[in-house]
Amino acid sequence: MNSVSPLVPSADEELLTGWGRTSPSRARVARPVDITDITVALDRRSPRGVLARGLGRSYGDAAQSGGATVIDMTGVKGFSLDETTATVRADGGASLDAILRAIVPRGFFVPVTPGTRMVTVGGAIAADIHGKNHHGSGSFGAHVRALDLLTGDGRLLTLTPETTPEEFWATVGGMGLTGIIVSATFDVIPIETSLISVDTERGTDLDDVMARMLARDSDYRYSVAWIDSVAASGRGVITRGDHARADQLPAGKRASMRDYDPAVRITAPSLIPSGLLNTLTVRAFNEAWFRKHPRQRADEVQSIAAFFHPLDGVQEWNRVYGPRGFLQYQFVVPDSGAEVVRTSLEKLARVGAPSFLTVLKRFGPSNPAPLSFPMPGWTLAADVPARVEGLDRVLDELDELVAQAGGRLYFAKDSRQSPEMVRRTYPRLTEWQAVRNRMDPDRVFTSDLARRLEL
Amino acid sequence: MIDALGDPQSVLVLGGSSEIANATVLALPRARLRRVVLAGRPGPALDAAAQRLTGAGVAGVMTADFDAANTASHKQVIDGIFDAGDIDIVILAFGVLGDQMQVEADPALAVEIATVNYTGAVSVGLHVARRLRGQGHGHLVVLSSVAGDRARRSNYVYGSTKAGLDAFAQGLGDALAGSGASVLVVRPGMVRTRMSAGLPEAPMTSDPEEVARVIVAGLRKGKHTVYAPGPLRFLMTAVKAVPRPIFRKLPQ
Repeated sequence: MNSVSPLVPSADEELLTGWGRTSPSRARVARPVDITDITVALDRRSPRGVLARGLGRSYGDAAQSGGATVIDMTGVKGFSLDETTATVRADGGASLDAILRAIVPRGFFVPVTPGTRMVTVGGAIAADIHGKNHHGSGSFGAHVRALDLLTGDGRLLTLTPETTPEEFWATVGGMGLTGIIVSATFDVIPIETSLISVDTERGTDLDDVMARMLARDSDYRYSVAWIDSVAASGRGVITRGDHARADQLPAGKRASMRDYDPAVRITAPSLIPSGLLNTLTVRAFNEAWFRKHPRQRADEVQSIAAFFHPLDGVQEWNRVYGPRGFLQYQFVVPDSGAEVVRTSLEKLARVGAPSFLTVLKRFGPSNPAPLSFPMPGWTLAADVPARVEGLDRVLDELDELVAQAGGRLYFAKDSRQSPEMVRRTYPRLTEWQAVRNRMDPDRVFTSDLARRLEL
Repeated sequence: MIDALGDPQSVLVLGGSSEIANATVLALPRARLRRVVLAGRPGPALDAAAQRLTGAGVAGVMTADFDAANTASHKQVIDGIFDAGDIDIVILAFGVLGDQMQVEADPALAVEIATVNYTGAVSVGLHVARRLRGQGHGHLVVLSSVAGDRARRSNYVYGSTKAGLDAFAQGLGDALAGSGASVLVVRPGMVRTRMSAGLPEAPMTSDPEEVARVIVAGLRKGKHTVYAPGPLRFLMTAVKAVPRPIFRKLPQ
């Protein structure tokens, strides 16, 4: 007998989860360093399909695919800056972290950055990520001039919004289900310094915070509010700013004004009891965080890392939620549904889901991508530990309110919504599916998220 | 997929009319459930179970022909069910008790019990394990019994099949460790079901609903072995320590 046991895993298999460390599934992982390797991995794929994965910062099951071949793109990471056209051409696996380290000292910044710089260009396009500048600058996809996509039958397509709008916008926000984003060219913005000039305001309650944002967000390139999810009032801290100009810096700082050193300060311990983050500890943290900020402060100079990526200073901070993991509930509702922001905070507080990262932001206009998340209105994101009893029912109730208000959830954060919710809140899903079926007729590309939500 | 909050989308019950398995389906979070396959011998018992689940509001309930004793058919049955879509939770729940006195008089009956409870379970269990491993996620729940913990005069043929099944399920769980798939071994005491009807009640006898709650909690916590009810674990530790000459004289 020399038959091979089907139960013995092969050496290239790994258990993968998203950033929330819930719902693991096992897949064959390929680690290409160039496009030839990617093509080989595609050819030798598992019968259960293929999915490209970046740095694994999506919270749920978007970047995993049980039993399939998962192509870890982080080894395909070259990029170059063209200063004359103010564009970067980057491989799909290049990280915003690496790109920022190279381009900030040369006076450029990425057009959109999420709350972590540990994302790849491919992932940024596939999830059509947004940042603190969405109200003015839109999401990442709006700044992509062209991308190269490897399809399931091994063809390399160059997609642009002008020449191939359907395929391009189906890939932007398409969660990796149209093909593998091998490289992309996107606009970068010029900056004079590596610092951000920040204005801080405290809002005494949720209405106050929202009124302040409505009144003056348009004056700023970047804007976000942190909400104290434990305080009944819904008080918060609004931080807004823009890249500091050289003339805003004291003379002594100008020599080093483009220095950029986003160091990792600490690593979260790997063994944390699951009850450590509870309503009491979060209340204490929130109180301190609220008090730390002045009632009002203008023109404070902060580093890029401190302003955009504070959590990147704590490596593996996702472990603080313990072995059962966590999820981030992020929805958007149009202005007419602003009340859902308050209701959701109340419902999460009542179920005892302590969130110390609750972030409120205003979105600007959507882009043409059928599955892109942002729409004009309010978006709220709250981290909650998965172990909270009854959380599934409460979030289903919130889904209902979000859907009724004409809003929706963000695929890059989702780990639990229902297929029906997606059908209801992404009315252009069928339009996207028609393009996807044309681009990937054999359904080579799939993910746990795609299977769960029947995309 | 079982989502981040532990809500499954699909369940397969092998032994589709099992009261414990049906109670387990009812005890699972239901909001995401869209496919429940009750696999068993076609007949009124299976149809009635499907109707009860549907009547209780469970979505996507269907039946499939499955005969534990017909091991030659297992590959086709299991592949057919998994080819139609991933299964999140498989409950291996079939089994026959038999009457010990009749069994001792007619060893052919013992062979039947062993074929269903052990041989059939090993066969279908391996097919299920192969598919769970292939999909990279999912749970296999195996209904063992405390009868396998220590042989008793009154049901040792049944007990021996459960002892074998239990050892098989433990080993299978180890084989699948790290595969994304896992095995939960469930050791109920006496449960008030059709199988035990008419027998005198043992200590810590429970209802199928209690066993179901233990199973659902065990799945949620990622356990590999649970007793139902939970404290039975300690009783069985004591029972296993009793010397045989004394054990033999205890009421069986």
